[in-house]
Amino acid sequence: MEDVAIIGVGLHPFGWFGDKSAIDMGADAIRAALSDAGVVWPDVQVAFGGSFEVDNPDAVTSRLGLTGIPFMDVYNGCATAATALQLTADSIRSGQYDIGVAVGMDKHGHGAFTSDPVDYAAPPWYGEIGHFLTTKFFAMKINRYMHDHGISHETLARVAAKNYRNGVLNPNAFRRKPMAEEDILSSRMLNYPLTQYMFCSPDEGAAAVVLCRADLAKNYTSTPIQLRATTLRTRRYGAFEVHAPWAAVEQDAAPTVYASRAAFEQAGIGPEDVDVIQLQDTDAGAEVIHMAENGFCADGDQEKLVAEGATEIGGSLPVNTDGGLIANGEPIGASGLRQVHELVLQLRGTAGDRQVPGEPKVGYAQLYGAPGTAGVSILSR
Amino acid sequence: MTQVAFAPDVFTWPAEEPALIGGRCVPCGSITFPAPGSCARCGSLEIEQHMLPRQGTLWTFTTQGFLPKEPYAGGETAETFRPYGVGLVQLGDEVRVESRLTENDPDKLRIGMEMELTVVPFRVEPDGTEVMTFAFAPAGEA
Repeated sequence: MEDVAIIGVGLHPFGWFGDKSAIDMGADAIRAALSDAGVVWPDVQVAFGGSFEVDNPDAVTSRLGLTGIPFMDVYNGCATAATALQLTADSIRSGQYDIGVAVGMDKHGHGAFTSDPVDYAAPPWYGEIGHFLTTKFFAMKINRYMHDHGISHETLARVAAKNYRNGVLNPNAFRRKPMAEEDILSSRMLNYPLTQYMFCSPDEGAAAVVLCRADLAKNYTSTPIQLRATTLRTRRYGAFEVHAPWAAVEQDAAPTVYASRAAFEQAGIGPEDVDVIQLQDTDAGAEVIHMAENGFCADGDQEKLVAEGATEIGGSLPVNTDGGLIANGEPIGASGLRQVHELVLQLRGTAGDRQVPGEPKVGYAQLYGAPGTAGVSILSR
Repeated sequence: MTQVAFAPDVFTWPAEEPALIGGRCVPCGSITFPAPGSCARCGSLEIEQHMLPRQGTLWTFTTQGFLPKEPYAGGETAETFRPYGVGLVQLGDEVRVESRLTENDPDKLRIGMEMELTVVPFRVEPDGTEVMTFAFAPAGEA
C-alpha cells in the first residue's frame, strides 16, 4: 500500500456570502489548494466531493475544466469531509492514482439543521413531538457528563471563549470577535446547560486538499505533510447517540473512541505524541467530551486542564487553534477539511498569529455527527 | 372535550395506568422503544410487544429553549412557544427512553430523580381537540 502525503490545502472563508453558490466556493477552494501544491487541475486524476446541500459536488468540474476524471460525491453527516479525505487517500493508497483532490462545500440556511427523522431510522412522530434536534442531544450528553465527571458551567464558557479568541486570529473565520465568559454564560439558554454562544452555527464555505503518493510529494513541495491515518466508525449498540428515541442500559463507548483508537494504531503513535488538535466542537460541551474520547485526557481532567489554559494555542494540548466550529460555523461538507487545512498550516509553521510554538510535528483531527458517525485523521511532518 | 392520542401505537391510552409500548427481541432479549421492525443489536426480525415499566429514574435531561423547525408539530408560534423539558428516563434495567418532561425548569430537575409516566396535552387543534402525548413527571406529581 502506498503512503499518502498532503501537498496542498485551500480554503474558501466560512460565513455568509450572499448569492455565491457552494459550487463556486468549492472551485475557489480547489484553485487555492492546487496553487498551494504547485499543480494544475489536469494533473488531478481522482476526486471526492462532500456536501449536505449540494447533490452533485462534481459539478465543480465545470468551473475547473472538464477533464473526465472519476469524481465521486459523498455525504456522511458531520463526518462527510473525513469521508472524502479517507476515500481520496484510499484511492492513492491502492496504487490506482498518484494525485487526488478531496473537497467539501456547503451553503446552509440559518438555524439548527432539520430533516425527516424517518431518514435517520427514527419513527415519524419523533420530529413532530420536538425531539429531532441535534442540539438537544449534545445538551443531554454533556449534562450527564458534567454530573458524572465534575465539569462546571464555567468550563463550558471557557472553552467557547477560547475558540472565539482563536477565531479573532483567523482571517478565514466566521466569528472574529472575542466574547467574555460571563456573556457566554448569560446568553440565551438554548438547550440546558448549553447557551447560544456555546453552540456553532451552520453557515457557508468550502475547503480542499491535494493528496499525492508520498514518494512523489517532494516533486511538488519541500514541506509535504504525511497523512498517517484516516479512520471512520459508526456507533455500536449501547452508545448514547443522536436522533434515537431510546438508549440501551448496557453502555458502550462512543464511535469517536473506536475511530480514535484505530487511528492511533494505524499511525503507530499515541495521544502523547500529538502536538496540535482539532476536535468537533458542535458545542463547548462536545469539545470537552471529545478531549477524553480521543484519549487526550481522563474523564474529568478537562476541568483543571481548561482552567490552566492547556487547550490554548500556547498550552500543552492546543485544541481548535483556528477557532473550531464555534468560531468558523459548520458548512458540513467542508468542516473536516477546514480542520485539515489548519493542521497543515500548523505543521508547516505558517499559521501566523495563531502558530503553535515549538514546531509541532503531529496533528490530529476528529469529526462526529448524526446519526453516530466519527472520523479521525492524523497528520505529521 | 375531545382528546386523541398523538401516536396511538406507542403508548396505551386512555387507560387508568398508561404505559409505553416497547419491543423485545426474542432471540437476544434487547428491549427498545418504540417497538422496532428489527433488532438494533442482532438484526433479528422477531420482535414481540413489551410493555415498559411506568416508573424510572432521570438519566439525563435538557430543556428545549427555542421553537424547533418543521417537522415539529406543536402548533406554537415564536410568541407563544414555552420551553419544554426533555429527558432520558431509565426504566428499571430495561431501557432508557427519550421523552418530553412535564417540568421545564432545570433547577427542579435532578439526574437520578424518580420519574413517572403521564399523558398530557401536546397541542390543541382548531376545533378544540386536544392531542395527547406521553411525558414523564417527577414521581408524585403525575
